Amino acid sequence: MAMRTPLKNVRRLGSAKEGTDHFWRQRLTSVALLLLLPFMLWIALAIVGAEYETVVRTLGNPVVSILLVLFILTGVVHMRLGMQVIIEDYVHTEGAKVALLMLNTFFAAVVGLASIYAVLKLSFGVAI
Amino acid sequence: MAEAKARGLPRTERPLSPHLQIYAPLINMVMSIVHRITGGALYFGTLLLAWWLLAAATGPQHLATANWFFGSIIGQIVLFGYTWALIHHALGGIRHLIWDTVHGFDLKTVDTLCWSTILGSVTLTVLLWAGIYFLGGGR
Repeated sequence: MAMRTPLKNVRRLGSAKEGTDHFWRQRLTSVALLLLLPFMLWIALAIVGAEYETVVRTLGNPVVSILLVLFILTGVVHMRLGMQVIIEDYVHTEGAKVALLMLNTFFAAVVGLASIYAVLKLSFGVAI
Repeated sequence: MAEAKARGLPRTERPLSPHLQIYAPLINMVMSIVHRITGGALYFGTLLLAWWLLAAATGPQHLATANWFFGSIIGQIVLFGYTWALIHHALGGIRHLIWDTVHGFDLKTVDTLCWSTILGSVTLTVLLWAGIYFLGGGR
């Protein structure tokens, strides 16, 4: 007979009440980013060393804009999850940990929103 | 230990489990550490992307300022490092996705996957920069 009690197993969503949510989102965003990365490198190659007008016209293209916004959005969600794990691994003082976790979310939100704002401004400002 | 400290209890010296410094650096361990470091670098590197996009959205002068920085020696080194970190983290991500399917855990495959990550990322980064200098006229 196995000397194990049912308590060994995690039940339902576990004590943190989020189950595999963090793990799943990290994977979901990583697959999305892998799909988007070739397009991003292609766009970067298309505008490297180009004139201002070319840069604005390229980034303002609807398809390019949408791909850029998707990349930024997925990227900041992914990096926020990653940095959360780094903080949880290395910061053991409760106050500093909570503060850094908050800062992590703020950073991701500000960088993401600023970048998306810039892309939309470029895109909406360009006549095609 | 942290709890004992918080409650003001005297610290008991307990045996520690062996950590990083006691092991010989194997390629899978190095790639694991590098994956985390590149992830952290990319995290702060998004500031550069946000700056460049905002500069492009604000006007030719601002874009010229940003491009001046990225075109400088320091800027080029930072950008080169950034693209390598991006490609390396992406390839490392593929390795982790393969492992997520519970495949490739025999030692030979682990070594092959890890060596492919570093060799692949360096090769692709060099190729990409060759393309950048070719297209950008060596800007």
